[in-house]
Amino acid sequence: MDRVLFGDNQFFGVNHMSEEKARAQQIRFQDLQAVIDVLDAAYQEGIRTFMCTTHDRVAQICDHFRAHPGKYPGYKFYPCMPYAHKYANAVTDHGMIGALRKFLPEDGAIGAMLKGGVALAGRDVDAIMRLLIDAEMKMFQGLSTPVIFIQNVVTDLLLGLGMKRAFRTFHDHVKQAYGAEPGYITMNTPMLLDVLEEQGVHNPIVCSNINKIGFRMCGGLAAYEAAIATRRFRPIAMSVLASGALSPREAIAYVCGQPHIESIVFGASGRANIRQTKLLIDELSRPALVPERAAA
Amino acid sequence: MTSGSGNSLGSKRLRLAVVGLGKMGLSHLAVVRTHPDVELVAACDATAYLTDVIAKNAELKCYTDYDALLAQEQIDAVLIATPSKLHASMVQKALDRGLHVFCEKPFVLELADGNRLHALAQSKRLVTQVGYHYRFVGAFQEAARIVGSDALGTVHHVRAEAYGPVVLRPQGLTWRSSKGQGGGALYDYACHAIDLVNFVTGMPSSVSGVVRHSVYSRDVEDEIYCTMHYDGGASGQLSVNWSDESFRKMSTRLSVWGTNGRMVADRQECQIYLREPHAALPDMQVGWNVRYTTDLTDPVWFYLRGEEYSAQIDYFVQSILTKRLNGHNAFGTALETDRMVAMILAGGTAAAPVPAHRPGLLARLMGA
Repeated sequence: MDRVLFGDNQFFGVNHMSEEKARAQQIRFQDLQAVIDVLDAAYQEGIRTFMCTTHDRVAQICDHFRAHPGKYPGYKFYPCMPYAHKYANAVTDHGMIGALRKFLPEDGAIGAMLKGGVALAGRDVDAIMRLLIDAEMKMFQGLSTPVIFIQNVVTDLLLGLGMKRAFRTFHDHVKQAYGAEPGYITMNTPMLLDVLEEQGVHNPIVCSNINKIGFRMCGGLAAYEAAIATRRFRPIAMSVLASGALSPREAIAYVCGQPHIESIVFGASGRANIRQTKLLIDELSRPALVPERAAA
Repeated sequence: MTSGSGNSLGSKRLRLAVVGLGKMGLSHLAVVRTHPDVELVAACDATAYLTDVIAKNAELKCYTDYDALLAQEQIDAVLIATPSKLHASMVQKALDRGLHVFCEKPFVLELADGNRLHALAQSKRLVTQVGYHYRFVGAFQEAARIVGSDALGTVHHVRAEAYGPVVLRPQGLTWRSSKGQGGGALYDYACHAIDLVNFVTGMPSSVSGVVRHSVYSRDVEDEIYCTMHYDGGASGQLSVNWSDESFRKMSTRLSVWGTNGRMVADRQECQIYLREPHAALPDMQVGWNVRYTTDLTDPVWFYLRGEEYSAQIDYFVQSILTKRLNGHNAFGTALETDRMVAMILAGGTAAAPVPAHRPGLLARLMGA
């Protein structure tokens, strides 16, 4: 994985600090070209990975990248599925089974079964999960997706419910059907690591909030630091700025000071901001020069 | 969270069952199951395919019959997240058996039921709580603290708004779109805004100018507007619309005007404008002050969709362990929201369906 990954919250009106800022961003980015311009700016600053939710509008972004393959050599998408509001609203509208019907292909055994109103047996959950993953992945066809994530709202729901086998199903399907690495986004890293280990998911990619003030790091800052230092997993830090509560240098210095953090994901809307953050991460990630090496 | 020590149950964990496995029920189930002081004993839902999935994939004992659950399990408390019209009878059965009760909002659809259940819980000294989770959002707690401090001076107006994209087309197949089942934006959305008003500025004494209109729904209202009146002369406005696609998800905002300033709070932040400094808020300056969620939010042991969902469950658990009756969102408090709903229902006409494509005002004036 690259050291720096580009996130997408800013494009879809997600801002954990202010609804006003979120709306201003939504207005700015309702034009697809405005989104592409920012992705281009990030690309020019050396950021080659776009970590994005499976929002309907990401499909349009994918169309653009498919149409201009020569412009973005080495570009990678890290899909994060699902865009949860899509499902939550459908459940409110159509009920649980109605929502499933809406998102699953109409043909095939499962679709037919749901249509017939047949009760779901335990084993069918695996099959449904695979179909849902395939449905979400359609928009990325023909693009490089070396890591595929499950969004925190789903990870943490499954984690809390105790539906542990689903993590294994996700792992196996992502590897087998897409030749990709599974990733897990969570707000509960220490708890999740135990369950992944139990399910035989070794050295998992786990993306979670990692910031100096411990914001949305369930289990506590100390437990996270201990896990990062001692457990075998590949951490990606998100929300490193704690939604703006920290200065960029202080925030990034903290994350870069933690051992074994592989990547940092951040989102920004302006070229200057992207450059500043990328430069800071590069600068603070550089191993300190030992005297001998410096002399050589 | 303050958990784990010196509880009235000794070292025993609280034995709890979750009833109703819809969106909120599943979310509660996940939160409850991870709570260190709780032993989740069973779940219950009338829909067999759901209990099948949970039983097999989450290794949890499941019932499709609430009475069977109550008869067969030794539990201390029950969490009820079923469709609203079922709340009253299910809460009654739980209280009859001496169980502490957490009930999803709205509490009940008939005030008489609510009064009776509240009295019953009081007489049996049982802990009760209703799922108005906004009272556990840091920014709204800060709003209540600021208004309670009198720093805004004499409060003369409050505005509560809730908007979101729930019903965006003329259909809907679930109980939320059914009249008589607790469906409609009044029970689903407006209740949260009303509860916030009650929480921050107190319960109004009357309502007028009630508008309950359908935008898309056939049987229920999609938007509610009304004026609220306080005995002291202050006024308020309620503005709720769950058919607004321009919002990504439910967005709730509370604004309070006082003689010494103004406060605006939503889930993310609390903005305070002070005309004069006030002794109760020594760290706030004249002019604008902003408090962000990062400063106002206490950590929780488990996060799913927001700290407030975990915080309210922990509060319920701790209320039982410390025998705290009448805490936040106890039946008595939730009844105030139900009373407001009753006033709105009495003050308005029944939700009259309005054509989805209403002719524009100008066109009507022009006789088109």
